[in-house]
Amino acid sequence: MATQAIASAKEADWTKPAAMAIPKEGYFKLQNGRYGPVYPKSPACYGFTIIAKIKAGREEVIREYGKTIEKTIAGLPEALEVLKLHYLRWVLFDIGQDTYFMYQGIFDTDFDKYTEDAVSLFSKYGLNTVFENLEGFPEDWKTNAPAFVQFVRDHQRPSFLEYGEYPYVSADEIKKALKLKAAFSGMLDLMQ
Amino acid sequence: MLELEDIQHFLISRPSALAARYEFLAFRRPGAGREWLKGILDKVGTAKALASGNPGTRWVTIGFTWNGLRALGVDHAALATFPEEFRQGMAARAEILGTTGANHPENWVGGLASEELHAIVILFARDVAERERCRQEHREHLLQCDGVKVLSSLDMEAIPPFTYAHEHFGYRDRLSQPVIEGIGEEPTPGSGPAIKPGEFFLGYPDEDGPPAGLPQPAILAQNGSYIAYLRIEEHVGAFRDFLRQQGDTPEQQEWVAAKLMGRWRSGAPLVLSPDKDHPELGGDMQRTNDFNYGKMDPYGYGCPLGAHIRRMNPRDTAVNMQRRKMIRRGGTYGPPLPEDKPDDGIERGIAAFVGCASLVRQFEFAMNVWTNDPNFHELGNERDPFVGTQDGTFDMTIPKRPIRKKIVGLPAFTTIRGGAYFFLPGIKALRYLTALS
Repeated sequence: MATQAIASAKEADWTKPAAMAIPKEGYFKLQNGRYGPVYPKSPACYGFTIIAKIKAGREEVIREYGKTIEKTIAGLPEALEVLKLHYLRWVLFDIGQDTYFMYQGIFDTDFDKYTEDAVSLFSKYGLNTVFENLEGFPEDWKTNAPAFVQFVRDHQRPSFLEYGEYPYVSADEIKKALKLKAAFSGMLDLMQ
Repeated sequence: MLELEDIQHFLISRPSALAARYEFLAFRRPGAGREWLKGILDKVGTAKALASGNPGTRWVTIGFTWNGLRALGVDHAALATFPEEFRQGMAARAEILGTTGANHPENWVGGLASEELHAIVILFARDVAERERCRQEHREHLLQCDGVKVLSSLDMEAIPPFTYAHEHFGYRDRLSQPVIEGIGEEPTPGSGPAIKPGEFFLGYPDEDGPPAGLPQPAILAQNGSYIAYLRIEEHVGAFRDFLRQQGDTPEQQEWVAAKLMGRWRSGAPLVLSPDKDHPELGGDMQRTNDFNYGKMDPYGYGCPLGAHIRRMNPRDTAVNMQRRKMIRRGGTYGPPLPEDKPDDGIERGIAAFVGCASLVRQFEFAMNVWTNDPNFHELGNERDPFVGTQDGTFDMTIPKRPIRKKIVGLPAFTTIRGGAYFFLPGIKALRYLTALS
């Protein structure tokens, strides 16, 4: 359960930017999670990159999801809270005649741990239907969470280099620090 | 809707048994398991029989490991349809569960880590005398069955005082239990809605929808459940020594004991009574479970973020909780250790069963994400104080104003001496198994 890259939170040093080169498999030492190998925490915390070919003619449908999700988050900012995301980037690109979709996420929790919650969340907010436009996505995903998980695992590619300006720091810690800063500012104002 | 006459009683109700005996069996030749099962089948307790209150009702529960199903003669094609984690068996999942170090299967006793562990038979009894009678009866049955070996056994009995269920550390137990939809019971306040039966029994709709992905054949899967068994030794002397070090007065020591668990030993929840124990609250089922964390105790000033009950049920601070419920059964083994006596070296503890329809999604999730992840709730270096694998290098933070109390290097209060995954077939499934060839 403890990652190899950092032995414990005590040793993580956020004061100096850091980079980490990662082996081809995505891990230094194979550690099994419930659904497959566990990928270690890096100075860029945790993340994944899913790359999949899209079904022919679905590019516009997929692009529309950008607007859908923008609206969803505007109406419900904490919608994706459980995923502990820092950042998401969705990209469409061509290789020859084919178009590919890349879903890149940077988050604070090992993906293996919250796989089922993520799948349940995607269903709840309609995100799973983006995946339906990808080739090879299981048609019975609604009743077959393991197949959904398998698709993600099969299409995920680990990074070989990650860099963090404030290594290992979680989104929660950042928000706490910003809140504290604002509170101190207010306090100083009151002491004038 | 639930076929109570076909479901073993184990996860639905508790017989009024103060004693039990678990026997762990190996079937040493083809057909041995089927003969044994045929001869004991009529004694298996169903939920319906138990509810009828018939004094002649027998309370035997039977479960099989995947190796056991194979030894009974289930064919390869069917065996392959069982879930991956059940096929591997609990011992092979140690890394995933976090049962490492002293809790590692290489240290397990009773043949529980062995490939030869095929079945568990649970003999419930009203009291110790009846348990001995059941044991003798089963022994005679085993003598008739050539090729069935008892790998090990465990005698269970409630420990005094008998006013309510509790374990060797003195904590009151069974205060928070999921209620199965359709049984006719109402969840106690704060326990959340009743849970769809498919979360515990195969063949019924679960919280996601209609049954899907069940093992084959249907007659074997229908009305079955999975149970994760854990034999947890409790180091009572070490626990009492630790409490004595944590405070000069009994009140200070009880406070620390409560903070580790999330409830005072009386059962009163810290969220509702953070500073002082209120024993009558502990036993009041209408109040003892009526609290949450996100709204009532977000920073853990009542119940610390890493306390046992907060880890085992994060309530409103986690999502998808309807898919994370499990039914707990089990009891104490070993003689009680009197308060004034030093540890005597005799093994005592609890044998726990966790019942669910998906070991990977329910039980393994709880062990991997809630129990043994040192970064649960971003605590950084903490595991569950009682069920987590402790080796003296993990901490326990107790939020407190103005300055939190941090216990550095929590000792191991428990050791997992063994565990296994069993499948509890329905009655028709048990009959189907006796007829295989």
